[in-house]
Amino acid sequence: MAEKSGADILVQCLVDLGVEVVFGYPGGAVLPIYDALYNHPTIKHVLVRHEQGATHMAEGYARSTGKPGVVLVTSGPGATNAVTGITDALLDSIPMIVITGQVPTQLIGTDAFQEADTVGITRHCSKHNYLVKDPAKLAGIVHEAFHIATTGRPGPVVVDIPKNVQIATAPFIKPGPVQHASYRPQVKADAAGIDAAVEMLAAAERPILYTGGGVINSGPRATELLRELAAMTGSPVTSTLMGLGAFPATSDQWVGMLGMHGTYEANWAMNQADLIIAIGARFDDRVTGRLDAFAPNSRKVHIDIDRSSINKIIDVDVAVVADVASALEDMIALWKQRGHEKSDLSAWWDRIDGWRTKKSLSYPEDGKEIMPQRAIADLYQATRATGKDVIITTEVGQHQMWAAQHFGFDEPNKWLTSGGLGTMGYGFPAAIGAQMGNPDSLTICIAGDASIQMNIQEMGTATQYRLPVKIFILNNEYMGMVRQWQELTYESRYSNSYSDSLPDFVKLGEAYGWTGIRIEGPDDLEAGIRRMIETPGPVIVDCRVAKLSNCFPMIPSGAAHTDMLLDPRQIEGVMSDEAKALV
Amino acid sequence: MHIQEELSQRHVLSLTVSNEAGMLARIAGLFTARGYNIDSLTVADITPDHGVSRITIVTNGPPKVIDQIIAQLDRLVSVHKVTDLTEAGPFVERELALVKVAGTGEDRIEALRLADVFRAKVVDTTIESFIFEITGTTEKVDNFVALMRQIGLVEVGRTGVVGLIRGKEPV
Repeated sequence: MAEKSGADILVQCLVDLGVEVVFGYPGGAVLPIYDALYNHPTIKHVLVRHEQGATHMAEGYARSTGKPGVVLVTSGPGATNAVTGITDALLDSIPMIVITGQVPTQLIGTDAFQEADTVGITRHCSKHNYLVKDPAKLAGIVHEAFHIATTGRPGPVVVDIPKNVQIATAPFIKPGPVQHASYRPQVKADAAGIDAAVEMLAAAERPILYTGGGVINSGPRATELLRELAAMTGSPVTSTLMGLGAFPATSDQWVGMLGMHGTYEANWAMNQADLIIAIGARFDDRVTGRLDAFAPNSRKVHIDIDRSSINKIIDVDVAVVADVASALEDMIALWKQRGHEKSDLSAWWDRIDGWRTKKSLSYPEDGKEIMPQRAIADLYQATRATGKDVIITTEVGQHQMWAAQHFGFDEPNKWLTSGGLGTMGYGFPAAIGAQMGNPDSLTICIAGDASIQMNIQEMGTATQYRLPVKIFILNNEYMGMVRQWQELTYESRYSNSYSDSLPDFVKLGEAYGWTGIRIEGPDDLEAGIRRMIETPGPVIVDCRVAKLSNCFPMIPSGAAHTDMLLDPRQIEGVMSDEAKALV
Repeated sequence: MHIQEELSQRHVLSLTVSNEAGMLARIAGLFTARGYNIDSLTVADITPDHGVSRITIVTNGPPKVIDQIIAQLDRLVSVHKVTDLTEAGPFVERELALVKVAGTGEDRIEALRLADVFRAKVVDTTIESFIFEITGTTEKVDNFVALMRQIGLVEVGRTGVVGLIRGKEPV
C-alpha cells in the first residue's frame, strides 16, 4: 500500500471531514503541514496576525455556520497564544479543532526551541487532547477529535503533532465511523424525565422557559421545537446571553434576557414562577444572582446534554439528560399524546405585563450626547431595514450588554459573544470567522474602545481576504464595565479604567485600507450607520457616546433577582466585603 | 469577612479508564482545578492487554460536591465508568503499608507482639530494626502506625486504598 506522510494524512482527513476553512499561522513545527496545504484546491487557509485571533475566528465560524472551526498553529508560542481561545470555546461549548505543531518526539522534554507542553497546558481548557506519536494513528485520532468536538456538549479538541510525525510516512486507510470505547454522550432522554416534565408543564400556573446556548448548539431543529413548545403551552420565554436568537425577540411571549443585566420582567418572572424549564442553560452565576433567593417557590426541570451541569449550582426536581432537540421532540409528542391543552395563563401574563410597564431597558436622553443604548437601537433598526442576513458579534463589557438588551435577534447563529469566559478581543476575530462562513451576510462587530484594541491587528486579515466586516465602536474612553463596578463598589475611584492614548480609529482604519467613519453626536448617528452599512468592504466606525452612562437594569453581585437596580440613583457606591468578594 | 467551609463525608470512588498517557494527570488535575480533595489515589492496569486501568480515589466533600465529582469524572472522554463504592453498597477496602521501626531490647519484642496482633508480616530485619508489611482498612493501618510511633517508628510507605464491591457481580 502506498504510504502518506503525516502531514498529507492530516490534510486528507480534513478534506474527508468536510473542512473548507482553516485559520492559522505558520511556524517551524508546522512547516510540513503548511507545505501540504500549499495551493490546496478545496481547503482555504486564512492567515491571521496572532494565534488568539485564529481561535476566535474559528469560534465565530463555528457558531455562525454550525460546522466545527479548525485552527492550525505552531508549537510553543503558537500553542500558548491559542490557549485563551481554546478556553473560551470550552466555556461556551463551541466545536473547535486546534492542530498544533510540536517539536520532534526525540526532543520532547528537552526544553527545545519553541517547545511547550501543549497537551499539559491545554488539558484542562480543552474537552480532550492528544499528542500523536505515530503517523499510523493520526487518521484515527483526527476523526475521533472531530467526533468529540462536535457531539455531546461541543467543545475544543487539541491535536498536538510533533514535526517528525508530520514527515514520517504510514499506510493510510480512511477511518470508518468512530466507535469510541468510553465516550458515548446520552442523546435521548429517559422516558420518566420526559413524562414528569410534561405533566409538570401541563399543571403549571406560572411556567417559564429558561433557554440557553444549548438550544443553539443542538441545531436548527431545536430552535423550531422550542417555538412549537412555547406556542403549545403559551409560556413566557427568557434566555441567557448565549441563547439569544433561539426564540424570536419579536414574539409576544419573549420577556427578554435574564440575569445580571436582564430585564425586570424576565428576572421577576423567574423569581415568581412555579415551574422553570431550563433548556440547554446552566444556571450560571450571572443568571442566578443570590442562590438562596433564586426562584424560591418553583419546581425545576433541567434539560442538558451534560450531566455535570445538572445540580451543579441549583438543585432541580427533574433531570433530563439529553440533546435539546431530542428532549423537546419527546416532550411535544407526549404532550399531544396525552391530549394536554394550553392552560389559561392569563393571570400570570397579567403579572408579567405589570412588570413590563417598568420599562427596565429605558434610558435618559438629552439630545446632546449619543446614548450608547440609542446607538444600538438605531443600528438594529437600520440593519433590519436592509433585509439582509445580519450577524452581530461583540467584545466584552458594557457595549456587549447593551447589544444584548437593545438588538433583537429572531434567528439562531446570528449573535456571537463570549459569555462564559468573557474574553475581551473575541468579537472582532469572531466577525472575521463568521464572514468567512457567511460571505453574503452583513457582519458587524459591536465593540468598546478598550476591547477592540485586544485583537485589532486582525484588521490586516480582513483586508487581505477582502472581508467586508464592520466594526462599530461605542467609544466612551473608558473600560466602561470596570468603571461601572468601581462606581458601584469603590466610591468611583477609577483605578486604571480610563482609556488613555486611544488611537485615531478612523486613521487606523485608513492605514489598513479600510473606510473609517467618525460619529460625533446624535445628529450624525443615523447617517453614520447608514454609511457604514452601504460602504462596500471593511468599515470601522468610531461612535462617540456618552462617557459615563451605565448599564441598567443590574442585579449587583450577591443580590437577588428582586433586588434589581433600575437606574443610577440607586447606586450607593459601597458594598459589603461579601458582595465585593463575588465576581 | 471569613471563609466558610461545609461538612465533609468520606467517599471511595472506583473508576475504570483507558490506560493512556496523561490519564492520571487528567484525573488529578480535575481535582485541583475544581477544588476537590484527594485523600488517596491508586492506579494500576487491570486487563491482560494493559488497555484499561482501575483508579481508586478516596475523597471527601459535602454530598453535593461528591455528586459533582462523579459527574465531572464521568464526563472525561477516556473514563469508562465511575462507581461510588460508598453509595453502591457493602464493599471491601484495603491498603497496604510498609512500616519501618527501629529499637532494641524490650521495644523489639513489643513491636513483634503488636505486629502479631495486627497480623503484620516482617519483610525485612536487622539487629536494630524491622520493616512490617500490613494490609487492612485505612483505620487499621492508622492504628498500627500510631502504636509503632510510640516504640520507634522510622518511616512509613502506604499504597492508598483499593476497593471492590462485595458479592459476585462486578461494580
